Amino acid sequence: MRWGVIVFPGSCDDHDVYDCLKRVLKQKVEFLWHKDRLPANIDCVVLPGGFSYGDYLRCGAMGRFSPIMQDVIEFASRGGLVLGICNGFQILCESGLLPGALVRNGSLQFVCKPVYLRVEETDTPFTSSAKKGQLLRLPVKHGEGCYFADPATLERLKENRQILLRYVDSKGRPTPAANPNGSLDNIAGVCNEARNVFGLMPHPEDASEKILGSEDGLKIFSSLIESSPRQEKKAWAG
Amino acid sequence: MGGLGAQKIISEPAITPEIVAAHGLSDDEYRKIVQLLGREPNYTELGVFSVMWSEHCSYKSSRPHLKRLPTKGKAVIQGPGENAGVVDIGGGLAAVFKMESHNHPSFIEPYQGAATGVGGILRDVFTMGARPVASLNSLRFGAIDHPRTRYLLSGVVAGIGGYGNCIGVPTVGGEIYFDESYNANILVNAFTLGIAETRRIFKGRAEGAGNPVIYVGAKTGRDGIHGATMASESFSDESEKKRPTVQVGDPFTEKLLLEACLALMKTDLIVGIQDMGAAGLTSSSVEMADRGGAGIELELSRVPLRETGMTPYEILLSESQERMLLVAKSGREDEVKKIFERWDLDAVVIGRVTDDRMYRALYNGVEVVRIPVAALTSEAPVYQRPAERPASMDELQRLDMDSIPAPADLTTALKLLLDSPNIASKEWVYRQYDHLVRSNTVVGPSADAAVIRIKGLKQGLALTVDGNGRYCYLDPYVGGILAVVEAARNLACVGARPLGLSDCLNFGSPERAEVMWQFSQVIDGMRDACVTLEIPVVSGNVSFYNETDGVPIFPTPTIAMVGLLPRAERYVTPWFKAEGDLVVLLGRTREELGGSEYLKIVHGLVKGTPPWIDLRLERAVQQTCLKAAGKGLLRSAHDVSDGGLAVALAECCVGGSDKPIGARIELRDMIRGDALLFGESQSRIVVTVKPTDVGRLQQIADKEAAPMQVIGEVGGSRLSLQPFAQISVEEARSIWAQGLERRIKGT
Repeated sequence: MRWGVIVFPGSCDDHDVYDCLKRVLKQKVEFLWHKDRLPANIDCVVLPGGFSYGDYLRCGAMGRFSPIMQDVIEFASRGGLVLGICNGFQILCESGLLPGALVRNGSLQFVCKPVYLRVEETDTPFTSSAKKGQLLRLPVKHGEGCYFADPATLERLKENRQILLRYVDSKGRPTPAANPNGSLDNIAGVCNEARNVFGLMPHPEDASEKILGSEDGLKIFSSLIESSPRQEKKAWAG
Repeated sequence: MGGLGAQKIISEPAITPEIVAAHGLSDDEYRKIVQLLGREPNYTELGVFSVMWSEHCSYKSSRPHLKRLPTKGKAVIQGPGENAGVVDIGGGLAAVFKMESHNHPSFIEPYQGAATGVGGILRDVFTMGARPVASLNSLRFGAIDHPRTRYLLSGVVAGIGGYGNCIGVPTVGGEIYFDESYNANILVNAFTLGIAETRRIFKGRAEGAGNPVIYVGAKTGRDGIHGATMASESFSDESEKKRPTVQVGDPFTEKLLLEACLALMKTDLIVGIQDMGAAGLTSSSVEMADRGGAGIELELSRVPLRETGMTPYEILLSESQERMLLVAKSGREDEVKKIFERWDLDAVVIGRVTDDRMYRALYNGVEVVRIPVAALTSEAPVYQRPAERPASMDELQRLDMDSIPAPADLTTALKLLLDSPNIASKEWVYRQYDHLVRSNTVVGPSADAAVIRIKGLKQGLALTVDGNGRYCYLDPYVGGILAVVEAARNLACVGARPLGLSDCLNFGSPERAEVMWQFSQVIDGMRDACVTLEIPVVSGNVSFYNETDGVPIFPTPTIAMVGLLPRAERYVTPWFKAEGDLVVLLGRTREELGGSEYLKIVHGLVKGTPPWIDLRLERAVQQTCLKAAGKGLLRSAHDVSDGGLAVALAECCVGGSDKPIGARIELRDMIRGDALLFGESQSRIVVTVKPTDVGRLQQIADKEAAPMQVIGEVGGSRLSLQPFAQISVEEARSIWAQGLERRIKGT
């Protein structure tokens, strides 16, 4: 599977996700400069965490205007896989690829800590190797990760089962105390209706090795790898 | 065009004694300037002298003392004198690190002061060719209930996070203390470590006559003019008015600058590079010329400006952030510019290297500054300032143990200590810092030391920062020793051997004999500890004039130490792991209470002498811990420090992220209970081992001549300290977890 990690000016977790894909998961991966075009042979585009353009305006509000984003929108509309992590999730919401918005944390402070997440749906290429209801322990680190959507949008998200991850406590309950940022309905990650674009606030790439304290983040990447058509072909040929 | 420049010069104020004084220069210093130049300086030149001869840039009061610190060691690649220190970590890689103070700006404007402190130290590290991978900070605030403390604390923490998080460098650890001594003069010391290839370390040198001097990064504004001079003055009520001398940080621009500089450093285009920190363009260009044994000529009208109408004086002295100065190879200017253009940054040739050892600045072709480089550097004044032990020390150090009533209920005393903001959990602080970005953090904040892995290398690095101002106040020599040995002990607790340290020496005015005495004593103490433990000082900074209305802060050296773990995955954490493990105390408890947190919190006293220290015993205990950790014997290890043994044990029970776990401890030493539980005797580490491993640990301890004693067993839901105190671990955790946060929130 071929991965492209977009480097916006101000991306910080681009190295983290690149390293996780390349060194830990032995994937073919390249950095994509925000001023360039999207190469034709990419299977999955990752929008990494960080502070694109410093996020001095609304988070992700500038990032969506980067030249490469036109190609990403086009790529997504053709069914291409797009994963947005943290700032990447914010850019996907700003560019209209995902519904809703991410606003300032309820605490008004940046928060960096491990949280529990419950996998709500598994019929997506991002969660297929997890079990429904499975708990993942991943870190969050953001100042504006409070997910918000109007009632009609939230209704649609539920109807189409687009909510893929919720913040929960260690027993799997979506309590207010388990919600690190005040997100609506404890939402931590959503996909689009076509289920090929996924954004989440937690960082799977920072929980992908034993030495980092958790390997739960691998579930997201391995789901993508296992659902890749190239992978299937290879397995079939073998 | 020459006329414009000439006009500017004419419009400059004439030099009067008042103007000289306003620049922080003494009459003697002014006479020396006239003598060195062979004429009166003009206003711009006076500004250049004032910043270069400021305490902050020239180290004129501290230099004779700093020479006593050991700076060499087998891992040292670069000691003090460059932008940061460099040590070899194996595998062709080096750790590049430094700590620096940003105290005065942070008191005046906490968010921006702290943020630009982080920005400045990051530039010091990446200017050497290293990618920053971890930051620490050491903070001191006034009493937690002082009306300004919460505002300052919130602002400083948000500023550190705002800058560090945005630029993508994790803040992996730090320390915070609260004491009345810092009510009107907080301390913000920021540390960054970067990784570089040993054969690609860059230095701040201007060499090769004719080579272009290139300005890169953000544009220059009027912010921060005379920041270096401000940092060399004491505070008064007037300080609030100095807000405009605090710079404003732009971490996004610095992120671009960081990436562009690291890209540039992969090429062979540059000769030297230096960040523009305190005293901005002036100090960076002067220092580069000085280190390269060269001269430099600048055309100030080419400097990219953010504001109109800036004078040569303002351009030279601005401390606008996110700027670097570099010397490129002649004829390669366009290649340099191309790299910066990719990141949408300015790169402008503003001068050239000369061979006349003269510092010259032109404005539209008219010379506005002409000073021999040496006059600004090696000829700068050096003072052997008077130093004297104040007579009041005798009374301060006197502590009659019999006059201190032992509390009837030691459990209550333990609760008071766990609730002290100096001991309670600092989670409210560090959860505002991204401590994970770059995915290297193995052990984050809240342990004795942080541990990071280095991708592609089996070794890991441990980082810690430590310093106890109260100990130094009570005995600066012993305090200096303790600051170093505790940092080394913290490293030993995670299983790392020290490679080197960087220090921030925060003191009052050097013009006070008692302060100079404290300074000199602290240096002597640090030296003795560094020599015995074989730890070189590779970088650091001195911050004097930390006083307000004539009252100095506690003398506060903060020591940031970096250590090497042979294998990153062989780290040890402080927290108890499993029922049935044996709890072992390495080291010995003495009957002493001087300078302890207990004495302060429970008895309201800051008195006595700090804990006794025997450097051979310290070394034996640390070696035992390191060897046992290396053999994989230790389930946990935690340094005994503030709050003594009882607090250390409580932290072992409740400090981890898992469910708290209890312990049954029996203490048999024949000393009074409060000293046994809360005394801060040095050279002690609490470790746990599996019962089957206790013999192997004993063998190591015997060989190192370190005392060791099995004091109990992990298990249950209570921490029981027989026969003195006991507490349920749930209650202990709740008190400890809330101690700081509830006070900040005012609940």
